[in-house]
Amino acid sequence: MSHSNNATEQVLRSSGVDVRKCMRCGKCTATCPAFDEMEYHPHQFVYMVEKGEIEKLAASPSIYKCLSCFACVDRCPRGVEPAKVVEAVRLAVIRQQGQNHMKSDDIPALLDEDMPQQLLVSAMRKYSK
Amino acid sequence: MKFSYYPGCTLKTKGKDLDRYGRLSAEALGFTLEELPDWQCCGAVYPMAKDEIATKLSAVRALVSARDAGEELVTLCSACHNVIKQTNHDMATDADIALRVNNYLGLETPYNGETTVLHYLEVLRDRVGFDKIKAAVKNPLTGRKIAAYYGCLLLRPGKVMQFDDPENPTILENFIRAIGAEPVIWGMRNECCGGYVAAENKAQAEKRSSIVMEDAKKNGADTVITACPLCLYNLAKNGGSDLPVVYFTELLAEALGVK
Amino acid sequence: MQRIGVFICHCGTNIAGTVDVKAVAEALGHEAGVVFSTEYQYMCSESGQQLMRKAIREHKLTGVVVCSCSPRMHEATFRKAASLEGINPYMVEIANIREHVSWIHKDMKEATEKAIILGRAAIAKVHLNQPLQAGESPVTKRALVIGGGIAGIQTALDIAEAGFEVDIVEKSPTIGGKMAQLDKTFPTLDCAACILTPKMVDAGQNEKIKIFAYSEVEAVKGYVGNFNVSIRRKARYVDETKCTGCGLCTEKCPQKKVPNEFNMGMNNRHAIYIPFAQAVPKVATIDADYCMMLKTGKCGICSKVCGAGAIDYKQQDEVIERQYGAIVAATGFNPIDAKAYNEYGYATCPDVVTSLELERLMNAAGPTNGTLLRPSDNEHPHTVVFVQCVGSRCTETDERGKPYCSKICCMYTAKHAMLIREKYPDTDVYVFYIDVRTPGKNFDEFYRRAVEQYGVHYIKGMVGKVTQNGKQLRVQASDLLAGEQLHIDADLVVLATAIEPDKTARSIATMLTASMDTNDFFTEAHPKLRPVESPTAGIFLSGVCQGPKDIPETVSQASACAAKVIGVLAKDKLTCNPCVAQSDEMLCNGCSSCEKVCPYGAISYSDKEFRGPNRTTLIRRVASVNPAVCQGCGACTVACPSGAMDLKGFSNKQIMAEVDAICQ
Repeated sequence: MSHSNNATEQVLRSSGVDVRKCMRCGKCTATCPAFDEMEYHPHQFVYMVEKGEIEKLAASPSIYKCLSCFACVDRCPRGVEPAKVVEAVRLAVIRQQGQNHMKSDDIPALLDEDMPQQLLVSAMRKYSK
Repeated sequence: MKFSYYPGCTLKTKGKDLDRYGRLSAEALGFTLEELPDWQCCGAVYPMAKDEIATKLSAVRALVSARDAGEELVTLCSACHNVIKQTNHDMATDADIALRVNNYLGLETPYNGETTVLHYLEVLRDRVGFDKIKAAVKNPLTGRKIAAYYGCLLLRPGKVMQFDDPENPTILENFIRAIGAEPVIWGMRNECCGGYVAAENKAQAEKRSSIVMEDAKKNGADTVITACPLCLYNLAKNGGSDLPVVYFTELLAEALGVK
Repeated sequence: MQRIGVFICHCGTNIAGTVDVKAVAEALGHEAGVVFSTEYQYMCSESGQQLMRKAIREHKLTGVVVCSCSPRMHEATFRKAASLEGINPYMVEIANIREHVSWIHKDMKEATEKAIILGRAAIAKVHLNQPLQAGESPVTKRALVIGGGIAGIQTALDIAEAGFEVDIVEKSPTIGGKMAQLDKTFPTLDCAACILTPKMVDAGQNEKIKIFAYSEVEAVKGYVGNFNVSIRRKARYVDETKCTGCGLCTEKCPQKKVPNEFNMGMNNRHAIYIPFAQAVPKVATIDADYCMMLKTGKCGICSKVCGAGAIDYKQQDEVIERQYGAIVAATGFNPIDAKAYNEYGYATCPDVVTSLELERLMNAAGPTNGTLLRPSDNEHPHTVVFVQCVGSRCTETDERGKPYCSKICCMYTAKHAMLIREKYPDTDVYVFYIDVRTPGKNFDEFYRRAVEQYGVHYIKGMVGKVTQNGKQLRVQASDLLAGEQLHIDADLVVLATAIEPDKTARSIATMLTASMDTNDFFTEAHPKLRPVESPTAGIFLSGVCQGPKDIPETVSQASACAAKVIGVLAKDKLTCNPCVAQSDEMLCNGCSSCEKVCPYGAISYSDKEFRGPNRTTLIRRVASVNPAVCQGCGACTVACPSGAMDLKGFSNKQIMAEVDAICQ
């Protein structure tokens, strides 16, 4: 992610989101269940991608806090789909060499006897390449 | 009535009850779930990115398998349902994804989203009918106040899932009525429990799931039901509540007298 | 051989920026029959018209081609200029090189080439043009207004004031519309009833105005000046001429559990009812869905108590026919159904209400007699949250909402917030907004007063979720300026729901052959210059059916609409469009295809004698067109299998000549 324009284009392309459709109402952020955990909130992801400020987003732990619950996607009156922007920024990070957020070595420490398989599978899917 | 059936990995291990009671009830209600041969894990989370292809392949394989069997594909786990249904939508509507997936799989007949994907609850509502279920109930759960927890995956994105009104769903409430209990209407039933971060951010998961469980309790529920093994784990483990969380199939089996 | 003059308009840079106008004038100057060709900066200007007139005189022109903007803009202008020099106006043709060329092409070479081709087609047509004489038709000096809200009432009053008869057809039992349901009106806070009901009474008492309430337009035939309209007068089961409006029947009726639509279903009325005290006409109506007598034949109490003997359980719908010179659509609006927005809890939480419901909750004639009480437990709310833009300003593909701004919500919400703070100073009021839109006289000042004087908390952000939290509502929202997510415990949540055209507007538009946009708002003939006329002659638009607007704007538009209607009714004769169909009786085979497709009923058949071979006479059935009824749509010319039907001014030959010129 050395060149900001390339990074922005990559995020726009892989998310498939038209950030210009946003009317800055903030409903995504109003409905977000992960608000308290996030440094940048859903509407900021959309706005900052529009401005090309991918580096700040990529460096923020916020990209791992999104719950992929699609509340912002369904409730956005403009059809912007902020969750897809968050996922695209996260992907842009973890696709880089050595940037996996979760490693298989981390898993044994997280396990408990009731934990469903899908939790580990999805965590690895979301946080590693 | 016979359907292709995709159980998914959790239903073979930690979520056995969801599967077992689902199959017993199906038998009692007169429909057959034929497990797909050689199914693979769906990946447990839908890959949203347009340029993610490899992560969608296993879902497509299941869809192709059902198509080739000439059957509708039934899922039971909310997460599997979400992944398979959304991937199917991509195959039907996103020409670029469909082309790349088909190029990779090299199928005899390319796949373009032909399979109908049904959640088990949709089979109950649209194929069996809640009236028929009501008639088949042997032990009605009279007097029970049950809170249906939809979570996110069954309902959203609404345009793709086409499961129910994503903001005011009724399918589980009607299911609860059919088995003789009283549904609780509560605001958090379609809000996220934070299940996806339960492994790496337990604090966030605890916070979300306790908000959900508290709301169920406050609205007078005695039980919470779900179709999702991840939600069940998270709500029961991290929700900090004494309310029992069970699979909807378990109550169905109980009401049908096959538990 | 015609002597044709060609005039190319630059339209400033609108055309000349993309089309090489000099090259077009040069090329078209060489066409056969063209004796003069020139270009000018603004052909429509006075000096442009003078230039054309001078050329007609000096070059003895018999036909004119103007290459300019759409004929919808200036065809009439150029025809009039030409006719002042003695040329028949129908010898003037327009080649649209603005909308069809310069505005949609970028490449000058291609655009110039296309402009020349279109000019050539117009020249080919003028060669075949015939002078046409417009006929005249009489005008029925009465107007119909469909819809009896403030828009329809104002339009009707103004038409009547000018001395013309006017009928109002209103589908509900009384006129008054949405305004009758409002409590106070911005920005002056006068009570809606106080300013509306005198107008309702005026309309009811005006000798020129006839109100058909509880009635619907069922069919419309005819054309400007001569409409024939079928009106269904729905059975009220009460004789309007006998009922005195005493209301005794409505008190004694034992069926008391009918949701009261006037109060948005928040309380009940009886099966026989008068919608509200100031209803016009003040006549009772029996709701057949709930009346025990009509459903089971058992009851009859209203009939027994009615001293006037007005109750008539055997009354039937009646369809009457009336003639009009002009028709006004004033079909109004409704708020969208907020049930789809259950993230705001509307479908499941009783204390989440719409703004129109709040109007009733604050109105003295409402279900709470004007005391603000929340619906769930009739307690006084201490925290009220307003949500703006519910279903407005959504993306085009949104399934729940509308793409437009509903325009009135910012102001009525400011009004609501202000009134609550004034009446109940112990109440906290929050308004979540995206933008506050207040373009109107004294509007922004009004909104600022809500903030500065009344202390309403305006928060830039949106509500994301409302859940029932015990007896209260938990409102989760964003405060974008503070960068916070708020959780407010509220007693009442009010949704400023989008407004949409009334559901009946679409079918009325179809009957009127008036066009609508994708949102079902009626389309005006020109968005700036003819805002109260439909493109269909004789159909006029009043109020929200044309687009969202508040009361002051609605009333202004309603009066403007009346002025346009009066302009039609004041004429004794209307000039007809001479471009009508005609049948060549020698070619007609009497098949009736044209009669079947004619939407105006302008074609009839008759048996006529024709001379056959050897001095015999043949009787054949042939079509003839009533030129006063024909609107020149051309459907018959397409349907005719033998080529007998032709449209004057757009004959088959002329159109083929244009196509040939384009393809040459």
